Amino acid sequence: MGVIGSSIKRREDPALITGRGRYTDDLSLPGMLHAVIVRSPHAHARIVSIDAAAARAAEGVVAVYDGRDLVPGGEIKGVPTGWLLPDLKVPVHPLLAVDRVRYVGDGVAVVVAESRYAARDAADLVEVEYEPLPAVVDPAKATADGAPRIHDEAPENVAFDWQLGDREKTDAAFAAATKVARLKLRNNRLIPHAVEPRACLADYDPTSGELTLRMTSQNPHVHRLLMHLASMGLPEHKMRIIAPEVGGGFGSKIHHYPDEAITAWCAINLKRPVKWTATRSEANLTDAHGRDHATTAELALDDGGRILGLRVETYAAMGAYLSTFAASVPTYLYGTLLSGQYDIPAIHVHVYGVFTNTTPVDAYRGAGRPEATFVVERLMDAAAEVCGLDPAAIRRRNFVPPEKFPYPTQVALEYDSGNYEPALDKALELAGYDALREAQKAARDDPKKPLIGIGLSSYIEACGLAPSQVVGALGAQAGLWESAKIRVQPSGSVTVYTGSSAHGQGHHTTFAQIVADKLGIDPEQVEVVHGDTEKVQFGMGTYGSRSAAVGGSAIATATDKVVAKARKIAAHLLEAAEEDVVFDPAADGGPAFHVRGVPDKRQGWGDVVLQAYLAHNYPDDLEPGLEETSFYNPSNFVYPFGTHVAVVEIDRETGEVRLARYVAVDDCGNQINPMIVAGQVHGGIAQGVGQALWEQAVYDDSGQLVTGTLLDYAVPRAHNLPSFETDHTVTPCPHNPLGVKGIGEAGTIASPAAVVNAVVDALKPYGVNHLDMPITPEKVWRAIHLKGAL
Amino acid sequence: MFPARFDYHRATTVDDALRLLGEHPGAKLLAGGHSLIPMMKLRLAMPEVLIDVGRVSELKGIEREEGKIYVGALTTHAELAASEVLAAHCPILAEAASKIADPAVRNKGTIGGNVAHADPASDLPAVLVATGAVIHLKGRRQRQVKAADFFTGLLATDLGEDEILTRIEIPDLHGRSGHAGSAYLKYEHPASGYAICGAAAVVKKNADGTCAAASLALNGVSATPFDAARVCRELIGAPLDDAVIRQAVNDHLHVGDPLSDVYASGLYRAELAKVYGRRALRLARDRAR
Ligand SMILES: Cc1cc2nc3c(=O)[nH]c(=O)nc-3n(C[C@H](O)[C@H](O)[C@H](O)COP(=O)(O)OP(=O)(O)OC[C@H]3O[C@@H](n4cnc5c(N)ncnc54)[C@H](O)[C@@H]3O)c2cc1C
Repeated sequence: MGVIGSSIKRREDPALITGRGRYTDDLSLPGMLHAVIVRSPHAHARIVSIDAAAARAAEGVVAVYDGRDLVPGGEIKGVPTGWLLPDLKVPVHPLLAVDRVRYVGDGVAVVVAESRYAARDAADLVEVEYEPLPAVVDPAKATADGAPRIHDEAPENVAFDWQLGDREKTDAAFAAATKVARLKLRNNRLIPHAVEPRACLADYDPTSGELTLRMTSQNPHVHRLLMHLASMGLPEHKMRIIAPEVGGGFGSKIHHYPDEAITAWCAINLKRPVKWTATRSEANLTDAHGRDHATTAELALDDGGRILGLRVETYAAMGAYLSTFAASVPTYLYGTLLSGQYDIPAIHVHVYGVFTNTTPVDAYRGAGRPEATFVVERLMDAAAEVCGLDPAAIRRRNFVPPEKFPYPTQVALEYDSGNYEPALDKALELAGYDALREAQKAARDDPKKPLIGIGLSSYIEACGLAPSQVVGALGAQAGLWESAKIRVQPSGSVTVYTGSSAHGQGHHTTFAQIVADKLGIDPEQVEVVHGDTEKVQFGMGTYGSRSAAVGGSAIATATDKVVAKARKIAAHLLEAAEEDVVFDPAADGGPAFHVRGVPDKRQGWGDVVLQAYLAHNYPDDLEPGLEETSFYNPSNFVYPFGTHVAVVEIDRETGEVRLARYVAVDDCGNQINPMIVAGQVHGGIAQGVGQALWEQAVYDDSGQLVTGTLLDYAVPRAHNLPSFETDHTVTPCPHNPLGVKGIGEAGTIASPAAVVNAVVDALKPYGVNHLDMPITPEKVWRAIHLKGAL
Repeated sequence: MFPARFDYHRATTVDDALRLLGEHPGAKLLAGGHSLIPMMKLRLAMPEVLIDVGRVSELKGIEREEGKIYVGALTTHAELAASEVLAAHCPILAEAASKIADPAVRNKGTIGGNVAHADPASDLPAVLVATGAVIHLKGRRQRQVKAADFFTGLLATDLGEDEILTRIEIPDLHGRSGHAGSAYLKYEHPASGYAICGAAAVVKKNADGTCAAASLALNGVSATPFDAARVCRELIGAPLDDAVIRQAVNDHLHVGDPLSDVYASGLYRAELAKVYGRRALRLARDRAR
């Protein structure tokens, strides 16, 4: 086995686990000031007045600014949204609220002081007089008559009204159906909870006019571009964005928030470095949330359980403003996934993006695809029930068969490859499905035993964001290619510059493996550089399970270019024709070029590299140096898939749910580092189980976030989870050079449906056909003991 | 998470702490800091003065004397959980302490702070009620209050502003007349780890297996530990089979004014109290010898 495919330990970990990681908040600069943002305690209110006199007079305070100091217009255009849909209503999102606040946490003023304590104390002294307005927090209610209007630009609170698929064909399918499964689903709102809260440190040099912004970013170049285009207006070559060590993101650090622009603005205005770091509570209030859908979904079937059509209507909360990629998540990352693993002849989906007086909603691990998978996989279980089929059988019956690939769905995608049944079989075998069903039966009849439930989720994911042509046609304002530069140093070691900025994924390890494997060198000889707009060529960043598939492909392609160039040099050194020279990375005695058929006539890799720089007798058409760049633009998404099986045990008396087992069979194509793949799968499953059983951002009717701290908002913990049983099948991606598919989000996409299906399965004897997430023990208890009184 | 400004004093003895309390009205004692500091960071508490009793050695330790166990207020949850004296003579206190949060919290948090803070979702208060513990307080004078009387409301106790909780006295559960059985069962909130419902039961059996004495108290379901004395009166003299326990609990365990929040309603908590109460009694019975 080569370096690709081996589970070498993560090279980034020693620093991180010994406390030597340097995160944004660890950094300080001479003369640095601290910013604290004063935030609205009201979900919806008119700002009557702001009196900052007392705050300004407080010890250590340098400045206090409010929205009128930072009004959009001129250079500052507010915070932009980056994905347009036809007729999208894009209300102005000012850096600080000017006359109205629209969610609890909306910024109204910023206090800058010599210390963080002084800034925090003075923030309490900023007197803001509010005139509260009625608020609406539920996307299903925001469009009702009489609902408070959040933006004048969107009178009905509708940001967009979007459809995909063929309505007539779908209606006809329902007319022809003999069986219909129907569900009303709430996809609960989640708070991302990256371990490191968002932070930024802005440093402005008034003589050069250069702004250096260190910040928690998953995509520094994209941040720089958005800040150039809208919030700051500074030219890009005068802005440097550095993402130091970043402690997780789950999507929440993709987006451009007002906070970094406010901080940068303060640094420019005060000509001193300014740092802002969110507190945990502040992060919970202001990090873009995830999910929050209200959906009605119906599946039309024939008597044999074959799917004829799917109809979906969704109200998706946007929150109070359109965050960076908000509009893409419940549309092109959701509607397009509704065919699941199934051959569905007619699909129609209608999505309303709705403003609510809540924290903005945007991409969160899985982004749209967990929501779609939840709809499809819950419906499959409901359909199994309606048709009297086993949940495994109805899935098997409707899978897209292997011979149908490439398979064009009814919702705009073309699945390039897939082989769904072997993954299902493997998962069922691992789980011991038949024995589980037996045990379930036995437990049902014995009141002393907990109820057992078994849930399947056969998911598909479109990731590796994103084929630029495809997404461009779908409304993205940017292609989502990725860049890589490979610099071979004269001594043969390699520096890789990647536009895919890591924040926990293991880039330093896997990306080094790709290069080391291709060149036949030790991964220790390869350094990976990312996360700095001045060091690295433009790149798109890390999200949407794109790093291996797109970033890794760019690295592979650039490495190939390096080999091609080195081959020219080797040909020169070997005095052979270029086409006669071959590179053997696994040659005895180390990687080497040799003349085809004459292994003895060789030049070692190191010699060739050195000669690339000592060049003194080159032919005219050969340039010195060994450094190549690739901008890799994928031709399609990649489509990982798999089947997960959850087994739950339910305490009949209390409704407590114990996740007893969790089996996952995933297909992410070729695996670069199986240990890192497993890590991604484990983390993803945990997060999805969290959504199913524990997590929920709860707003009360007045718009207060009731579960705003970790005392109330339950993230999954190791002791609540069983040891996961994982395995895989391998169906390589046919269109990228590594044959890899993304695996960062798969667990989060598959697991909510698996767990909910398991709970509903356990509760069948009580006539339960659905419970909304998170499935708290009380909901289960009510379903068992107070039938119908949910 | 930045607390408001405060002054800090470190007390060396109980009397020193009392003197400082007298000098700084409104001051707060600081023990393990694992209830007080989080509140200060959220600015839900803004004491101007903290008096740290964390190094007052006379407040530490667990001792047994003449059929009584004395636990110093500063004893940490980890020390309770690992105590051999408690394992032998009051295992329920160790059991409950071991179910508090995680090692970091157990290494810092103290029994005195836990009881003085009187969070209804804490684990120790019901245990003290069920075991018939007595709280020792020292102010201008010393006084002793039964645990059952100490907790007066949500985050409220009988502790005076100028008093210190010095130690807790617990009767030895394993006297000459046989081993009482005891059990603490907990249903924890998935986020905070605090008790949505915690049931502490102590059961003594007669030679014929009937109930000689029983007590049951619950955390998390009401503003103060819920003392299910009526259930226990019902059990005395009765054979302790499952059906009897179920009947007694169903008939007599009624939480009148249950706590309620977005996670668990009052209706549900009242039901949990019954289920957990029943289970704790059964387990205590099984452990009695
Ligand atoms: C993450 C987390 C999870 C937790 N989970 C649980 C749980 O599951 N179950 C549980 O029971 N607890 C839990 N706790 C609380 C923990 O047990 C605390 O340690 C305890 O409640 C308070 O003890 P302390 O020593 O930390 O007190 P401190 O925080 O120092 O003080 C708390 C209060 O008691 C007063 N006080 C302290 N000592 C004395 C004294 N000797 N005399 C008079 N007044 C005094 C203080 O003035 C203050 O008002 C948790 C805490 C945290 C941070």
